[in-house]
Amino acid sequence: MSAIFDEKIRKVAAEPALQRKVYAATGRLMDHRRQAVTEAALPDYQELRARAHELKKHTLEHLDHYLEQFAASVERNGGQVIFCETGDEVADFLTGLSERRGARLLVKSKSMTSEEIDLNERLERRQLEAVETDLGEFIVQMTGERPYHIVAPAMHLSRHDVADLFTAKLGVPREEVIEAQTMIARRVLREKFLQADIGISGANFLVADSGAVVLVENEGNARLTTSAPPVHVAVAGIEKLIPRAQDLAVFLKLLGRSATGQALTSYTSILSGPRREGELDGPEEFYVVLLDGGRSKLLADAEKRQSLYCIRCGACLNHCPVYRKIGGHSFPWVYSGPIGAILTPQFQGPLHEPGLPFASSLCGACAEVCPVKIDIPKILLELRAEVKEAETRAGANRLERLAFQMWAWAMTHPAVYELGGVLAAAALAGQEEYVRELPGLVNAGPAKAWASQRDVPAPAAQSFRDWWRQRRGGRA
Amino acid sequence: MPARVSLFVTCLVDQLFPKVGIAMVEVLERLGYRVDFPEAQTCCGQPAFNSGYWAEARAVAGHFLDTFRACDYVVAPSGSCIAMVTRHYHDLFAGDPARQAEAARLADRVWEFSRFLLEVARVEDVGARFDGVVTYHDSCHALRELGIKEGPRRLLQQVRGLELREMEIAEECCGFGGTFSVKFPEVSGGMARTKIDSILRTGAQTVVSIDSSCLMQLEGTLRRAGAPVRTLHLAEVLARR
Repeated sequence: MSAIFDEKIRKVAAEPALQRKVYAATGRLMDHRRQAVTEAALPDYQELRARAHELKKHTLEHLDHYLEQFAASVERNGGQVIFCETGDEVADFLTGLSERRGARLLVKSKSMTSEEIDLNERLERRQLEAVETDLGEFIVQMTGERPYHIVAPAMHLSRHDVADLFTAKLGVPREEVIEAQTMIARRVLREKFLQADIGISGANFLVADSGAVVLVENEGNARLTTSAPPVHVAVAGIEKLIPRAQDLAVFLKLLGRSATGQALTSYTSILSGPRREGELDGPEEFYVVLLDGGRSKLLADAEKRQSLYCIRCGACLNHCPVYRKIGGHSFPWVYSGPIGAILTPQFQGPLHEPGLPFASSLCGACAEVCPVKIDIPKILLELRAEVKEAETRAGANRLERLAFQMWAWAMTHPAVYELGGVLAAAALAGQEEYVRELPGLVNAGPAKAWASQRDVPAPAAQSFRDWWRQRRGGRA
Repeated sequence: MPARVSLFVTCLVDQLFPKVGIAMVEVLERLGYRVDFPEAQTCCGQPAFNSGYWAEARAVAGHFLDTFRACDYVVAPSGSCIAMVTRHYHDLFAGDPARQAEAARLADRVWEFSRFLLEVARVEDVGARFDGVVTYHDSCHALRELGIKEGPRRLLQQVRGLELREMEIAEECCGFGGTFSVKFPEVSGGMARTKIDSILRTGAQTVVSIDSSCLMQLEGTLRRAGAPVRTLHLAEVLARR
């Protein structure tokens, strides 16, 4: 693993208060989900998961067809679809649009896709102000951080942290009560909504047959973002497509429950095009920016393609014992937790952070709760093999490879394997069952790492096979 | 004539915890099985597979398949090693249909110990006695890859003198994860400490599981914390009389 990853992990390990906060917050989300998917609450939960998996599989296998259908549907509704290969192209489109509209201020509702391409920074460099309107995103935009969690971006901050932040950045009197803090954010953001020239949203789902952008949220900010400013631009990855409006019934039942335990979130907006004649609200112009951003590369791999089924519920983060220990900011890219561990190497290359796919005990809790049944552990295993292949090509980590080659040789030659056991037993001969401090000679490498946390089991004086031989000899 | 059972004791039990293998022999013989131990056995290959060294893992997995080819029943004191054989050999040998077919044939004949007792031997009460309060740790691979949840608990509930007390987070990983435990020692250790907090809250004196790797992680952490709780493999509990 890289020194940076290691350093970030150690930093969190040294902050027990932060660890407790993340453990508690994710634990609450786990409880909420558990109650929402019980046999009584959602009898067809497992069928829904299987159906959602199949729908995503089908859509991605026929993505060209559904992209065309979606673009045609949006245009029929009076909107326009813009296909972008890269984040630069997204920024170019938005800059051009802003110039044409004379826009200065853009309001944004939550969009992981825009985080993925650092959209806010790109817009700022072009003298455009982009303001996050989701409360958590609003907070982390002010701290200059990336979202800590896909669903709860400011999970790592307490109300005291937010009180300090609001006082420093907004110049308001210190306010410790969460409801009052929310009112402050609301007051600031209402002004922004009214002044904004363009509203940028993400998309939870893009419906091919009706050209609709579907947004799922609890704060109402996405609805304001998409209806108050005169222009709405939805920025989403090409994998957000689903074939038909009726398929929403499957995904909406799963998304809220998996994310926060809600049967439905407070707001579900189905937006299909700009304001039509005789309508009272809605934007004058409506665009959907579809980002490839490396996705078509992932589509080429029939097995790992399922990584793109993700509906960003965050359940895998909440249930991941590693995420719950190292938190969201230890991860090397915008996507954290198990889904981040499989998306990052595929988007950024296996050596971007070679340790990432290995930062898992492979416990499988993520796959167990994934609403679209992504086999995350299986993909992690494949990515581990890809990291090792890439390291070998780059001439890196030679000692480890040599160690595993020697290990494999011993394991395929029982006499060598047995000799290795005898030597290890000799090194710790006369010790107790478990050893607190390793003798200098063996206090290195993996043994030292083990002993840094826990007592070390000493090899048995007599191995099982030795006992077996003796016993058989005794009986013969 | 009683059926023949071949032990795959796993490399970990062979070298570090032979008492688990000995206990398994005791229970199986008590039930009337003829037990044998193919001496060429070493490891299932999982350490290399999980570390990304698939060529090395294939060599060791091939050795496993060769060693146990002729066995009717292979029984192992580990959910993780069994899951490696039944769930992962297929992927490991992608592109090698002959080995894949061998793995598929063997997959129906390899058994995790508790499942063998319940589904092949069809016993719940093996005549064991163990005085004390125990709590059961679900090992992740047994739970999520093999679907083993109630079986070991049913076996424990039949043991005379034993009180089974559930911890709050029985299904949460102990943090072992093979090489993960030494590649990310602070994270792995942190996970283990969270787990033992839950174990200690039950008031049990013993933690039982069906994977010695989890128990090694838990016992090492319990001892480091100076906690009076000890670990036992299910086979060791069932061997007591």
